[in-house]
Amino acid sequence: MHDRKTLSRGNNGLGQLLIPLIALAILILFNLFRDPGFYAIGISVNNSGNKVLTGNIISVIDSASELAIIAMGMTIVTAATGGQDISVGAVGTIAGSIFVKILKGFAGINIWTVLLGILVCCIVTVLFTSFNGMLVSVFRIQPMIATLILFSCGRSIAYWIIGSATPQIISPIISAMGMTIPGIPIPTPIFGVILVALVLVLLFRFTTLRLYTESVGVNQGAARLNGINPVAIKMLSFVILGICVAIAGIIGTCRMGQVSLKTLLVDIEMDAILAVAIGGNSLGGGRFRIGASVLGAYIIQMLTTTLLAMRVDPVNIKAYKAVMIIIIVVAGSPVIKRKLSQLWNRLRAGRAKVAVQKGGR
Amino acid sequence: MKKDITSGAPRIREPLNDTQLLMTITICIFVAMYAAAMIFMRGGFLKAQQFFDLLNDNAYLIIISCSLTIVMIGGGINISVGGVISLTVMACAMYLESSSSTSILTTLLLALGIGLAFGLLQGFLISYLEIQPFIVTLAGMFLARGLTTILSVNPVKVTHERFLNLVKTKVEIAWLGYTAKNGALIPAKLEIGAVVALMVVVLVYLMLRYTRLGRNIYAIGGNQQSALMLGINVKLTRFWSYVLSGSLSGLAGFVFLMHKPAGNASVALRSEMDAIASSIIGGTLLTGGVGNVIGSFFGTMILGTIQKIIALSPLNASWWQEMANGAMLGLFIMLQSVILMRRHNKKH
Repeated sequence: MHDRKTLSRGNNGLGQLLIPLIALAILILFNLFRDPGFYAIGISVNNSGNKVLTGNIISVIDSASELAIIAMGMTIVTAATGGQDISVGAVGTIAGSIFVKILKGFAGINIWTVLLGILVCCIVTVLFTSFNGMLVSVFRIQPMIATLILFSCGRSIAYWIIGSATPQIISPIISAMGMTIPGIPIPTPIFGVILVALVLVLLFRFTTLRLYTESVGVNQGAARLNGINPVAIKMLSFVILGICVAIAGIIGTCRMGQVSLKTLLVDIEMDAILAVAIGGNSLGGGRFRIGASVLGAYIIQMLTTTLLAMRVDPVNIKAYKAVMIIIIVVAGSPVIKRKLSQLWNRLRAGRAKVAVQKGGR
Repeated sequence: MKKDITSGAPRIREPLNDTQLLMTITICIFVAMYAAAMIFMRGGFLKAQQFFDLLNDNAYLIIISCSLTIVMIGGGINISVGGVISLTVMACAMYLESSSSTSILTTLLLALGIGLAFGLLQGFLISYLEIQPFIVTLAGMFLARGLTTILSVNPVKVTHERFLNLVKTKVEIAWLGYTAKNGALIPAKLEIGAVVALMVVVLVYLMLRYTRLGRNIYAIGGNQQSALMLGINVKLTRFWSYVLSGSLSGLAGFVFLMHKPAGNASVALRSEMDAIASSIIGGTLLTGGVGNVIGSFFGTMILGTIQKIIALSPLNASWWQEMANGAMLGLFIMLQSVILMRRHNKKH
């Protein structure tokens, strides 16, 4: 089976972006016809006296930040291992609780303690995801099974770190990280997404890492014979995911000002995998586009916000979301694509024939 | 050509040996764990009723583990089972509450129908439109959970008289009972749901082992290309595996309602992950082709025993429960991986 995977699998031109872009365009047009006021952007003054941009679009881009960051990491893990990490939500909670634990360990919160917190948080999270990575690369366990371990006990570990009390962390620095920096009206998490995206784009555009990751994902044996170390590449993908998860966990924590073990990044693993799939990346590994996954993340958030704006009960959103997801994945399914291209070819062939016949006469 | 596969040609022997090895380990660990609990925890574990309670409480989980084992052997995954259970429980509870004259048989048919509908839809999308099973069943889970809350956000308690009588009906086994403090003999009780679950395990085992469909499921999970070349209808086989899986989750919903007669939006939350864990502990590989429902049954029992032990010990229940589950799962996964790697290295 592995021999049949070739580099050409997972149609990777701009065609990959076609379905998600159409989906996004339909959502945007739908909202435009439903209520043009949906796109209104205003400026208001928040509790701490800063000017902030408000509006549905800003809220979509802002609240999809954690999802977008994790989806980027998930894309790389998916590409390298051909499987998905389902423990990201639980590990993100661990990240958040480590961050809070460190900040609470110091008397006051200043820029240095926050930086130290971020650093330690990244290291610990990377250790946890490396555990997953070790199971996947060294023990050759399916990623979904390997990460099921931390999925089922990650939140318990977070509880063990932070204890039953969920302390509030109140500081201008924390609210600047979770909401807006004074003087800049754009929510800070958006800058987090841009930063992570920039680093990843630079990493994969200007190094050979992209080629190595795709090779390992397409055919591990062939990659090894060509001198690529699959174990190292897979571990590296989990390390990158770990940093993404740590950043998302910190953003989520700062946004709420506390770690709530039950609600922080809950169900985000499912949404992140969905974002990867909606973006048109193959879940079986191989070639990937990070931008497509980010687009997928914004589509999911746009969908949720649209449904909320239509006054759908928040608990019922899942059902409508499911229907939309099914429509998007059916439209992007290989069989439908094949049928459409056959139809297209036949139409063109028919037209050519007619032209030939006309020419003959 | 098809006949050769069904009559057990030697070429499918190899994965079966792996299956048996992993299953034997699981059974040994379960027996050891239960024996340890009997020795160190004493109390309840010495009574046969404790073992029966394990079956009663986990009946629905046993059924969905079987349902997941089928699709996992075929190389797929189905994470919508928990959602389908919650939808079935809610729909059946509301149907039973709609009037006192509703028959139990139609309720059972409703439960199976919901499961079947999900199975048909997901099977079609996965096998004929070639969409990744994870995404399809994830959407299925969202759909089922969403439909549950659309039906009712508030819990629905069943007050239907005949159904409650059915819930109270238990199989009593007198010789396994114990004598209470006042001298009365209390027989060991097994709920109907548990009996159904045991029957499902046996039937699915026989189906996978001896029918053409069962052998075909092993074949497509082991190697899809060779299965195709042997003349097996891969798409149809995969389709049927999801239909079976969906129907079984509908049945599991009905069994759940018989255990706890109330509909609730958060019923069987995350139970799909428990079922996947049970199957893995029982020796089913997610890559397909290897697995056995008997192993999955013991996997469920292991998770249930951990739960019972932690509930009876003075630890903070829910958090320690998750930690113990995670640790157990990790242990099994490592063990399996090491054993399989050593065996494969020996052969080459």
